[in-house]
Amino acid sequence: MAGTVKTNRSPSRQKSDRGSEESPFSRAVLISVALLFAFALLLLPLVNVFAQALAHGWRLYWRSLVNPHTLSAIRLTLLVALICVPLNALFGLTAAWAIAKFEFRGKALLTAVIDLPFAVSPVVTGLMFVILFGMQGFFGHWLDEHNVHIIFAVPGIVLATLFVTFPFVARELIPLMQTTGSEQEQAALTLGASGLKTFWHVTLPSVKWGLLYGIILCNARAIGEFGAVSVVSSKIAGQTETLPLRVEKLHLSATADSATAAFAVASLLAVLALLTLGLKTFLEWKTEREYERAQQMDPAAK
Amino acid sequence: MSIEIRNVSKHFGEVAAVDNVSFTVKEGELLALLGPSGGGKTTVLRMIAGLEVPTEGDLFIRGERVNDIPVQKRNIGFVFQSYALFKNMNVLKNIAFGLKIKKWKKKAIEERVRELIDLLGLDGLDKRYPHQLSGGQRQRVAIARALASKPTVLLLDEPFGAVDAKIRQDLRDWLVRLQEELKLTTLFVTHDQEEAMEVSNRIVIFSRGHLEQIATPREVYEQPANEFVARFIGVMNVLELVVDKGVGRCSELRFPAAGYADGERIRIGFRPFSVQLSPDLKQYPYQAVVRHTFFLGVMLRLELELPSGLVLRSRISKEDYANLALYDGRKVSLHIRNYRILSRENEPLGPELVVPENSSIFIAEGI
Repeated sequence: MAGTVKTNRSPSRQKSDRGSEESPFSRAVLISVALLFAFALLLLPLVNVFAQALAHGWRLYWRSLVNPHTLSAIRLTLLVALICVPLNALFGLTAAWAIAKFEFRGKALLTAVIDLPFAVSPVVTGLMFVILFGMQGFFGHWLDEHNVHIIFAVPGIVLATLFVTFPFVARELIPLMQTTGSEQEQAALTLGASGLKTFWHVTLPSVKWGLLYGIILCNARAIGEFGAVSVVSSKIAGQTETLPLRVEKLHLSATADSATAAFAVASLLAVLALLTLGLKTFLEWKTEREYERAQQMDPAAK
Repeated sequence: MSIEIRNVSKHFGEVAAVDNVSFTVKEGELLALLGPSGGGKTTVLRMIAGLEVPTEGDLFIRGERVNDIPVQKRNIGFVFQSYALFKNMNVLKNIAFGLKIKKWKKKAIEERVRELIDLLGLDGLDKRYPHQLSGGQRQRVAIARALASKPTVLLLDEPFGAVDAKIRQDLRDWLVRLQEELKLTTLFVTHDQEEAMEVSNRIVIFSRGHLEQIATPREVYEQPANEFVARFIGVMNVLELVVDKGVGRCSELRFPAAGYADGERIRIGFRPFSVQLSPDLKQYPYQAVVRHTFFLGVMLRLELELPSGLVLRSRISKEDYANLALYDGRKVSLHIRNYRILSRENEPLGPELVVPENSSIFIAEGI
């Protein structure tokens, strides 16, 4: 899954000469085991998705994709991502800024809370929202009286996705901003720039690749989230069905072409995953350079 | 008068980083803020800039109280220790940043940036990014950027801290010339006393948040205000004497101490230059062995060991070293020409006392 965040980058950069101590034989064994696992567990299933989707030809593949319920699932998924990604990008920036640049009470708590969605199982996340906003929940009665529907409706899906994708941007930016420090911002202030101009001209450009990286991961997770969404959604085709839910439903139904259709929709998600992977690799390289420059510019780090 | 700091204190929580400091900076002066790290000098600089707010006291720039004026409006140029160049902008854009913010006309910006690039010798580097520059170049870009909008004061935090020793000397000379050319009131922070002595018109010495002395380099060296300054600036031999019948003793050394009670302890200090040597063992009252010679270029520093094991530091020129035919292990006689009574730290020093060459006889007679 795309949703793993590196909390510590330094080990990758530390040059280790341990590799040279291993004998050529054990090296060969280790490498082939790693490659075999990667192929059997990661690559093969992915290739199979495309193979199954196209097993009965392009016509059926295409028909599965333009099915009105599938199109509606694509629309809903995009809508959810469109709401969640900007909100979490904004939140991530604010939180990272606060944590990296200021000392305040509750900083450790905030840092820990940001990681909460990583620690909690998505299904539990979904249940938490059901307990809060469901008919039997704390606010359920009040919400029902005011005719507001959250659980088993689109707002619930958005909330669950927001929660699950909460940490990505912040986690990416905190270490980057900490390395950059706040001297560039202070320099901008002494040169007459307001806080907002400083943010726009100095802070944002210096973390842009890291920010984009976080956004890409956040987006991938927002589109692919199944567990939490599955709990809070009523899974009504054409209404509260996202792409991952659609895949599951097609997969479980017993109609003639449903298996192919399930793989066709799944292949959409797979393409998205591959795109994310490509972008992620590129952005990783870019942020790595941001780090290096930030460290280079800091004489204390020498 | 360009800057006045009046009874300024800065507390970080319980800690007083700066404690009731007052001094003034003259127009066009090049002033060093000197002290060991944690002395409060950088905090003073940052308060003048507006990057820190004083807990107490008033700051004036050109007669105007600036306590409530935000950093953006103080019209100061600040050069950070790490230079803090905008890494996403090239040299041109870094220098032009402040001018763009201040909405200068495009043509005026171009002219001013060109002028600064010439002044600071940055030709040909305009399109480079900070990570493509050497330490010295980065610093010059940082200074150009700080000077761009013609500030009333230039503030530099440890300007030579981040470059290696060889470039540092060039940068010092260059800063002195630049400042003479611009006649701009300039304050810089340093922990290197040699740098402060060499570069500045006057030095403000801080330790533990207190202002210890503000004076010219010469005054600071020759008339240190207290023991801290005396020991911090240059090298000083410090001895603790125990008074016995009007004579202060430390190992075999004797100093006149009339007026002090028996058993009282006094501290005295003298510069290495005050230790006079002779290869003639009978010329001066004390005998010693040259234990170690340090070559410092034109000057040499000697460590002299007295029979009791007491070690004194002396400094002589290369010529004198040759004339006296000195070498490590050679026996010499020595005499301490002049010294100061140091009281405890932060108390004013006594006047410099001159010891006649036949002092041991004098002391002997004085008993």
